[in-house]
Parts: sequence; C-alpha cells; structure tokens
Amino acid sequence: MRGSIPNYEIITPKSLAEALSLLVNEPQKWKPFAGGTDLMVMLEAGKLSHRNYLNLLPLQELRQIDVQEKHVTLGALTTYTDVQRNPVLVDEFPMLCQAASETGGLAIQNRGTIGGNIMNASPAADSPPALLAYDAELELSASRGVRWISYNGFHTGYKQMGIRDDELLTRIRLPRSAAPLVHYYRKVGTRKAQAISKVCFAGVLRVEGNAIEEVRIGLGSVAPVPLRCARTEDALRGQTISDDLIEEAIKEFSAEVSPIDDIRSTRNYRLRVAQNLLIDFLTPKSQ
Amino acid sequence: MDLGNTLKVRFKVNEEPREVEVFPMARLLDVLREQLRLTGTKEGCGEGECGACTVLFNGEIVNSCLVPMAQVEGAEITTIEGVAKGNDLHAVQQAFIEHGGAQCGICTPGMVLAAVDLLSRNPNPTETDIRTGLAGNLCRCTGYMKIFESVVRACQK
Repeated sequence: MRGSIPNYEIITPKSLAEALSLLVNEPQKWKPFAGGTDLMVMLEAGKLSHRNYLNLLPLQELRQIDVQEKHVTLGALTTYTDVQRNPVLVDEFPMLCQAASETGGLAIQNRGTIGGNIMNASPAADSPPALLAYDAELELSASRGVRWISYNGFHTGYKQMGIRDDELLTRIRLPRSAAPLVHYYRKVGTRKAQAISKVCFAGVLRVEGNAIEEVRIGLGSVAPVPLRCARTEDALRGQTISDDLIEEAIKEFSAEVSPIDDIRSTRNYRLRVAQNLLIDFLTPKSQ
Repeated sequence: MDLGNTLKVRFKVNEEPREVEVFPMARLLDVLREQLRLTGTKEGCGEGECGACTVLFNGEIVNSCLVPMAQVEGAEITTIEGVAKGNDLHAVQQAFIEHGGAQCGICTPGMVLAAVDLLSRNPNPTETDIRTGLAGNLCRCTGYMKIFESVVRACQK
C-alpha cells in the first residue's frame, strides 16, 4: 500500500550551497531527491522509509554536460535523455548512451538522472556498469569542500557507498580516450524495453598488435553491487586473445561474480549469460 | 502522526494558470484527477511501468504517478484534455478514431500523448522510432498493432 503522503516532506533548496548547508546543519535529516523514478516507486509500495527530502531537480548547475580536453563532465542531474542527445557522449561513450536508452521508457528517461542511478545503488542499475568500464570519477561536494574519488570501489556493499552524510554527489567525470576502444554493452532482460536487467555487461577493449593493451569490465545484477571485474581484467591485460586465454578469463570471472536467485532470474542463468557475454566480448568481430 | 506542511504550487495545466494547496509528496496524477477533475489522465500501475498516466511536463512526457507536487512549481503541464484545440482533434487523435487505436481506453490518453510527443520531436519517424516512442506505454487489451498503425497514419497526414 502507498505510503501516507502527509508524512513526507520535500523542500526545494534555492542553491547547491543551501542544499549542502542543510545536509551539514541537520545531519541525517535530509536525503536528496532527483528525478524520483526510483523513490516514487518505493513510495507507492509503502517502502519509502525516509521522510525528509531535498528536491534537487531545479539546480540547473548540476544538469550541464561539459566537454573538456581530457574529460567529459556530467552534472549529477543529467537525465538519460540529456545523455542520449549529447553528440560527444554518443561518439565517445556509446555504452552510457545505450544504457540510458535502455533504462525504462522515454517518460522515465526524461526524468531519471545519472546521479540518481548511482546513488539509488541498485545492483541492477544500467548505467553503473558503463560508468565503471569508462573509469568514471565522482565529485562529492560538502559545505567544507569538494573531493573527487574513483567510482570504482564507491559501492562498498548492498546499497552501501563511500559517501559521508554531509556530502552530495554533484558531478561525474569520464576520461576521454585518445585511442579508439571497442565498446561492448549488453543488457539482458525479459524484454527489450522497460525491463529490469537479469545481467548487464559493459566492457571496453583495446588490442594493439596481438596484445590486450586496455580492458575494463563493469557488470550489473551479478553481485550485491555494480561490479568492476578487476581480477578478470588482470588475467587479460597484456595477453593475446586465444581460446586458452578466454578459458582462463572465464575462471577468474566466475570466481569474481556472485549472482543470486531472485524474482527476476536464477543464479545459474545469470552466471551462464554473464560468461557467454564475456566470451562474446572477447571474440574478435569482423568490422 | 506527524502531519507535514502543505505547499502552494502554481503551475499551468493546458495553458491555464492553476494554484493548488497540496502536500509536497502528493502525486501530480492525483492532483490532476482529484483536485483539478481532469480525469482523462489514468492510473494504471502507479509505479512508472505502464504509461497510462503520461502527461507532458514542460514539453516532455513523464509518468505523472512519479512526480511529486514539490517538483511541479512553475511547470507547464499538458494532459489529454489539452491535446485537441477546441473541436479540432490532433492528427493522432483522429487517426486513433479512424483506425481503431482504442479498445477499453485506459491506455489511450497515455498512448496519444506519447505519440504527440514523438511527432513533435520527429515528424517523420521510422517504424522503429514509433515502437521506441511507445515502448513505455502498455495496453492491457494488447491492441498494439492498431495503435501502431494509428500512429503511422497520423504521420501521413
């Protein structure tokens, strides 16, 4: 049953500074509210336990996409629709655009934000695997200052994150690659649109000569957190792609993921699909 | 029970200025239907899966069941009641009538708004564009082909 509407408070800070000062002055009272596409679902289910929210959506300064020489920086309130409309993201970060296009339908994409997708911290979220594979960094802002951290390692356990109570996720920075990468993104769900992932795989690969120079893999729905597959990457880096190498990589990979049975799929199915996606990712495609 | 404060929200619905006093977490869907008596917008799932409650929010489709009133201040909302101009139906509405795009009618307002939004952004959509544009709207009668054909016909007008 829906949560009781009068029990909830949402206020709209006039600026980022005001939002940050509320977070520090009234510790743990306020939680951020962005596009609401996850929180309102929790409300409808009667499972929205926190009561007081800061409506951040009007903070336009957090909805910019800045293209710099070395990075593209997205405000945390960048929507899935904004992502798909940015030509530099389409060109250089196609997996993020694909993730955005496969998250919900257009009405969700117009409202849902990349920052919200990260902070909702669902292991089944679709943009985190792409952000992990692109080696994203996060800007965490507080009244006392700003720090940048690697997104890799940010999710420390189911719905647990390395962010302090007085901090807000404000920007996401993606390093631009000088060399061309192979981008491989596959979301496997029950249907092509409007489905939540059973497995989501995002990988980038750069092979020079015969050797793998660069490889990063992010996975969704196979662990309590969006997972960066560091051990699998270590097994692949510097090596030449062969059947033996793929077999070795699958071993590491299978030890690294920890899929479970739940309403959307089974452990066995998820493991098999994830392994098959790894094989497909590593199998050279004729261009 | 700890009753929170209500909020005055000023916004436009179908180009008319409105002011309502509501709880900040009240859903736009409920305010449209119950306070403003605009019952063309339907509630289906209440969790952003079905698109029955689709409205245009500053020109973009949203699920009104997922929008709290605290986020509606200053917004321009278009509901199904605002799609026709007087007696002049929108091409999408006319096509739905002529080509059997509506069965029970619950998904129809959302389907029409999704199609209106699609055609406003892309007057010559491909079949894939139409399918993508309607992907967030479910029809419980499963009359998808007639809906799809209606949108195709609307593009030809």
